[in-house]
Amino acid sequence: MIKLIPRVENSTVMVLLSPLLALTLTALSAYLIFVFVLVDIPVSSVFFTLFVEPLIDSYYFSELLVKAAPLMIIGLGLSIGFRAGIWNIGAEGQYVMGGIAGSAVGLYFYNVEALWLLPLMTIAGILGGMFYAGIAAFLRIKYQVNEILVTLMLTYVAVLFLSAMLQGPLRNPSGFNFPESRIFHDSAMLPIIWEGTRLHIGLIVAIILSFVAWFGIKKHMFGMQIKISGSAPRAAKFAGFDDNKTVWYSLLISGGLAGLAGLFEAAGPAGQLTPGLPQFYGFTAIIVAFLARLHPVGVLFSALLIALSYVGGENVQIEYNLPSSITQIFQGMLLFYFLACDILIKYKVVSFKTKN
Amino acid sequence: MKYQLEVSNITKSYGDLKANDNVSLSIKDSSIHALLGENGAGKSTLVKIIYGSLTPDSGEMKWANNKYSPKSPFQARENGIAMVFQHFSLFESLTVEDNIILGLDGVGLNENFSEQIIKYSKQYGLDINPQQVVGDLSVGARQRVEIIRCLMQNPKLLIMDEPTSVLTPQEVADLFVTLKKLAADGCAILYISHKLEEVREICSEATILRGGKLVQSCIPQEHSQKELAEMMIGKKLTELARTNITIGETIFSIDNLSRKSDDIYGVNLKNIALKMSKGSIVGIAGVAGNGQDELMELLIGEIPSPKATLNFNGQDIGLLNSHERRQLSMFFVPEERLGHGAVPDMSLDENMLLSRPDSTEMTSRDVIDWEKVAVHSKTVIDTFDVQTPSSKMLAKSLSGGNLQKFMVGRELIQNPELLIVAQPTWGVDAGSANNIHQALIELADKGSAILIISQDLDEILSLCEQIHVLSEGQLSDAVDMKSKGLEKISQLMVGGKV
Repeated sequence: MIKLIPRVENSTVMVLLSPLLALTLTALSAYLIFVFVLVDIPVSSVFFTLFVEPLIDSYYFSELLVKAAPLMIIGLGLSIGFRAGIWNIGAEGQYVMGGIAGSAVGLYFYNVEALWLLPLMTIAGILGGMFYAGIAAFLRIKYQVNEILVTLMLTYVAVLFLSAMLQGPLRNPSGFNFPESRIFHDSAMLPIIWEGTRLHIGLIVAIILSFVAWFGIKKHMFGMQIKISGSAPRAAKFAGFDDNKTVWYSLLISGGLAGLAGLFEAAGPAGQLTPGLPQFYGFTAIIVAFLARLHPVGVLFSALLIALSYVGGENVQIEYNLPSSITQIFQGMLLFYFLACDILIKYKVVSFKTKN
Repeated sequence: MKYQLEVSNITKSYGDLKANDNVSLSIKDSSIHALLGENGAGKSTLVKIIYGSLTPDSGEMKWANNKYSPKSPFQARENGIAMVFQHFSLFESLTVEDNIILGLDGVGLNENFSEQIIKYSKQYGLDINPQQVVGDLSVGARQRVEIIRCLMQNPKLLIMDEPTSVLTPQEVADLFVTLKKLAADGCAILYISHKLEEVREICSEATILRGGKLVQSCIPQEHSQKELAEMMIGKKLTELARTNITIGETIFSIDNLSRKSDDIYGVNLKNIALKMSKGSIVGIAGVAGNGQDELMELLIGEIPSPKATLNFNGQDIGLLNSHERRQLSMFFVPEERLGHGAVPDMSLDENMLLSRPDSTEMTSRDVIDWEKVAVHSKTVIDTFDVQTPSSKMLAKSLSGGNLQKFMVGRELIQNPELLIVAQPTWGVDAGSANNIHQALIELADKGSAILIISQDLDEILSLCEQIHVLSEGQLSDAVDMKSKGLEKISQLMVGGKV
């Protein structure tokens, strides 16, 4: 038999190295899987397409950044809420609602060309996400309903609401009844920051937000409130923090940022509202937040890593006809190994003999 | 004189730490023998070795002149050693009788079991009803159940671990009667405690441990309490005395404060009233679980109080939260350290911020100045002798006593006009407790008011000029200590009236 015993001190080196270790183990496991599964295709070329090509080919690299931006923005919001022990796992739903709300504003001013339009859409997107996460905050505070269930369930509602909107009020009147909105005009679209690619200003916003979040968590009492509430609720009361406010802050911030990411996706790469808006970013961002150990700057890097698995996964799908679930397998393995490393950093494994 | 148990040159190490280093002790037949020492002095280790739950690295023991090396507590019990632990192991939903049966290793069971319990109960003044459910019993009664359970095994040695720490003065007196009777009937008692007055009262011999080593074996009556304490901690104690008692005008009052607890197992507070003057130290005595936690929550401001029930310096503060109260110079030390007064997974620096009046400048407009924070936590660590490598250590890595010093110090450096402190020296060694008491007295001498909520009656008696008793959610009037004060407190503690 084995058992886990808490370590007296956690190794700082291992804490920093564990993401790399997890990545290496994921790659090794992937290698083993490919060796058994692939017929007639050299494993090395699949590996190249999966892990290297997205980094050296400029188009794929820009796509990697396009995918990383929403992961960064949502991951940041989640990392703040998770610190407070508020488990918003329905960022996907808030992302969709933000996309719908922001797009609705853009479509309402369909004929207007103005500089204020995009900021207005952005605000609508944030508010859409906040409103949707706010439902969970309200239910939790007023009726002690678990926010995990509420946010998760509301995700499915949001996706259906998107279909309803696209079949109804937001459908393109001259779109042959396809469930899609009109295509946004230029002033409703995000500026492109890398000519010739789809890379938009969302990446810069994400980086700025990450430093704002870093300041908030490290240098401001807000961060203390979030952390203390998450790790010792009674101590938070002792310090004079209002625990209801912590719930509101956590859900409104994570919901607002998810909504922002949803609007950026609609007004960025998509350029219109389509049923394809939800792309699992909201769920994947949970992995992003944890891989970064809920660190706001770390989220930038873990989002890049996860985006790599998205782009690489799509590429091997196209080039070698491998199933699309490869991406999810990688992301799952990565999180698994990472969490396993964390357990071994905190605990040591001791074997012992059972009597009889 | 015959020895019941002789322990010679016992050594037991955990890694580099010698928990017992060449310790010897001899317990005479029919005697009450005290084992004295601070936390970490090696008392528990020694007792566990005697009781068979640990094996020593070296050294030997003799039981009634025969070699004795128990492999398990079961063997120890077979030899006639019984132990009453500090934390009782009773099933609350079962009756006294069932609990006693479960605790016996199947020996001595017969039909008249309940009568047997009553027989012991009468013989040793251990008032108990075998058919009562343990969950309904007071702490003192539960201890009596544990003692009877031990007596059923006809022990020749009874080990008692800190038996009085949870008892009211009356219960303590009753227990002493029982113990003396037991000793007279031929059962030796090993009495583990750090309460020196008690030891001097009932023990005929004392063995003092410090840092795993034997300091001395002596007759406690031949030494003063202070001498014994100094042997225990290995240094001189400061004499506690207030130099300047000037009782000023009223600074804080509680008026008719009632609150129904949110928790079904909580205590409802009823019509609490209290007045405190500047420069006074007021104590609230009482057995744990009589509303102390509930009262503390209201005083700290974790739960708002109704209008016109809490008044500080002429201001109704009932609706202010703890942070706002601190701005007025009210400070608090809660009883629970980890998770309430301190966040276990945060550094001491971060924990400083739990109590951060604007005057400290640790934060300005909620932006944290970490350098200032470190300066303040260093002051606390230095002034109150907190043993820690640095202020970056996590709170949970400190020993209980050190963390307590840090928490009390954190509030004391603010020079509060009113300090409300629950169990200020709980789990703190005698030397540090002395320092904390000294610091509290100095604060009061400077004109601040201090409210102490404590189960440690000695602490309250030695520090407070005005003493109230909290029992079942009701606070007594200040007890007039001039005549039979202790008796009155004792009666109030068990819910009586004076």
